[in-house]
Amino acid sequence: MPIQYYLTLSAILFCIGVAGALTRRNAIIIFMCIELMLNAVNLMLVAFSKMSPAVEVAGTNGGTDAQLFVFFIMVVAAAEVSVGLAIIVMMYRNVHSIDVNFLNRLKN
Amino acid sequence: MNELVYLVPLFPLLGFLINGLCRKQLSKSLTGIIGSGSILVSFVISTILFWQVKSNGALPVDPLFTFIDAGSFKIDFAFQVDQLSCLFLLIITGVGFLIHVYSTSYMHDEEAPHFARYFSYLNLFVFSMLLLVLGANFVIMFIGWEGVGLCSYLLIGFWFKNDNYNYAAKKAFVMNRIGDLGFLLAIFWIIEKFHSADYAIVFANPQGTLSPADITGITLLLFVGATGKSAQIPLYTWLPDAMAGPTPVSALIHAATMVTAGIYMIARSNILYTLAPSVQAVVAVIGLATAVFAATIALKQNDIKKVLAYSTVSQLGYMFLGLGVGAYTGAVFHVMTHAFFKACLFLGAGSVIHAMGGEQDMRNMGGLKKYMPVTQITFLLSCFAIAGVPPFSGFFSKDAILSAAMQSNMLYYVIGVLGALLTAFYMFRLYGMTFLGSFRGTHDQEHHLHESPKAITIPLVVLAALATVGGLLGIPEVFVKDSNWLEKFLAPVFAGSTALTQAKPAEGNSSMELVYMFVVAAIIVAVIAFAWSKYKKYEKTTEPETGLGKVLANKWYVDEIYDAIVVRPLNALAGFLKNVVEKSGIDGFVNGVGRFVQYSSRQLRLLQSGLAGNYILYMVLSIVVLFVIFWNQTQIVQFLENIF
Repeated sequence: MPIQYYLTLSAILFCIGVAGALTRRNAIIIFMCIELMLNAVNLMLVAFSKMSPAVEVAGTNGGTDAQLFVFFIMVVAAAEVSVGLAIIVMMYRNVHSIDVNFLNRLKN
Repeated sequence: MNELVYLVPLFPLLGFLINGLCRKQLSKSLTGIIGSGSILVSFVISTILFWQVKSNGALPVDPLFTFIDAGSFKIDFAFQVDQLSCLFLLIITGVGFLIHVYSTSYMHDEEAPHFARYFSYLNLFVFSMLLLVLGANFVIMFIGWEGVGLCSYLLIGFWFKNDNYNYAAKKAFVMNRIGDLGFLLAIFWIIEKFHSADYAIVFANPQGTLSPADITGITLLLFVGATGKSAQIPLYTWLPDAMAGPTPVSALIHAATMVTAGIYMIARSNILYTLAPSVQAVVAVIGLATAVFAATIALKQNDIKKVLAYSTVSQLGYMFLGLGVGAYTGAVFHVMTHAFFKACLFLGAGSVIHAMGGEQDMRNMGGLKKYMPVTQITFLLSCFAIAGVPPFSGFFSKDAILSAAMQSNMLYYVIGVLGALLTAFYMFRLYGMTFLGSFRGTHDQEHHLHESPKAITIPLVVLAALATVGGLLGIPEVFVKDSNWLEKFLAPVFAGSTALTQAKPAEGNSSMELVYMFVVAAIIVAVIAFAWSKYKKYEKTTEPETGLGKVLANKWYVDEIYDAIVVRPLNALAGFLKNVVEKSGIDGFVNGVGRFVQYSSRQLRLLQSGLAGNYILYMVLSIVVLFVIFWNQTQIVQFLENIF
């Protein structure tokens, strides 16, 4: 399969993630959208690492670098999810809502 | 023995420091002893130097240290003692010492700290004046020049609680600054041309380095400096106002020494002036105009010190006339005799004011002869001297100037003689109103009248004696051959100029000169007799002056004219700058910046909605913008084309 398919899918996923993060008010859904964006990027990295014309020219070994990044992103995303969900839990305990626009006290 | 030179100004400086720093601790008598003693020591050293110069000629210049050292340009702190400067040394320290002694009594009513402040200023003044005449280059002279200006300011405003006195002090300072600017520019010009300010270099061969235009420019600028310091038209108005200071100050600074600084400077630069005949003519005309102009004003003044002030301006005019017609010796001679008789007159006036309890208006005096015999006699002798009655000193010195003027231009002579007649008239008007007739003051004042103490009368007697016989130093050639000692003594200083003007007129008309001299002297005596008889029975009148008298009494309205031409336009300009440029221009701009920042930040604050979604939107938008700006777009397109 040509790389264009992967890139197009990755771009579509990323845009869905951005749109969701911008438009939705539910914190959990925003979270999911962020995960979507991260994984869109992961997908793109893996696709490039296997199929990029630049990598082919460079040699055989270069292809694994991007995949290592993917693991890092996954690890960081996992950590982020645990912290983020904890924050959402705390938020719900305090205000009985997970609407991000409800917490706008940073204003003023 | 050359180190002696540096001791001359050192003692007044020490006196200034001691009196100035310890003014709260020292008693009045100690202050007086320190103040006068330091000048006395300087006087003694000056006398020693004078004898050295007299027997050996000018002492070699021996720099004390390098004052300015910038690359190839170097100015030494060096003193030059030649015939001219040692003569000035004697005048400054000699007359200065007498005036210090006089001051110990005259200022005795001051509180001790102010008394010491007074003496410290006086010593600083003497120090600066010595620096001025001793300096071996124009820069050192300028230091002294500024120093005396400062002391003049400080002493005119000595009684600083009186606003008018402060205004007078400021006026003197500002007027002097105008002149100083000219002097400073001349120094820059000289340094630019010679790469040095040393007299030895500048005066050695000025024609070789300077073009005629340079010489004219430099001498004109120097003369501007001299008009400021020596109170010539158009910058003379500060001197009469300077009478706000204590009377001994008027005697020392504004009559005997400081105001002659301009004469000294031009006499020092005589060779430059001789090379610029057009500037010499300017000097002569301005001097003559000042001499007559000030004399006419003096005719109608009623303040005893104002009369003397205008007479000083007038006499300074004569000195400039002398310089302008090339009679450098005559001018210096007149400086010397003027120092004697004008100091005596001022101190005598001070003695009178002292006795009158501060009264300065001559209309309230009269008949003081019988109360103050010593003051009266010395005053009379000095009046004769300034009027130019033979054989008093003023006769010889004024004659030296006038006869040189006659050789240069008959018109100068005639106008000069006219001024001399005016001088004789107003001086005896002053004398008559003060000492003759009957007393016109209040009863309290009459009761208080007394002869002044010894510390006042002794300087008067000494100065009057000098004023009487001082002229014998320069008896004109027409009387006795080779009798003009001063001319011969100063000859080396003016040698360069004399060499340039060798075409001296023959001595053939010396008999004519004699005739003129005695005719003039006779007229002067007649004028004196007229003034004497007119003011012997002066009565106070309440009629206001009319016609020309009113114009003269108001000093030709010169102060008013200056006020209208210079002061008020400047004030208006300053008001415009303050109210319009400052308020709406600069303030508007500065406040505008503040308002703009406040307004824009109030608007920008609206971006901070506190909504997480908004922040994310900004983030996404900014990233898109960054992409657009920083990525090379053709490369992106190419990359995408490569892939797809």
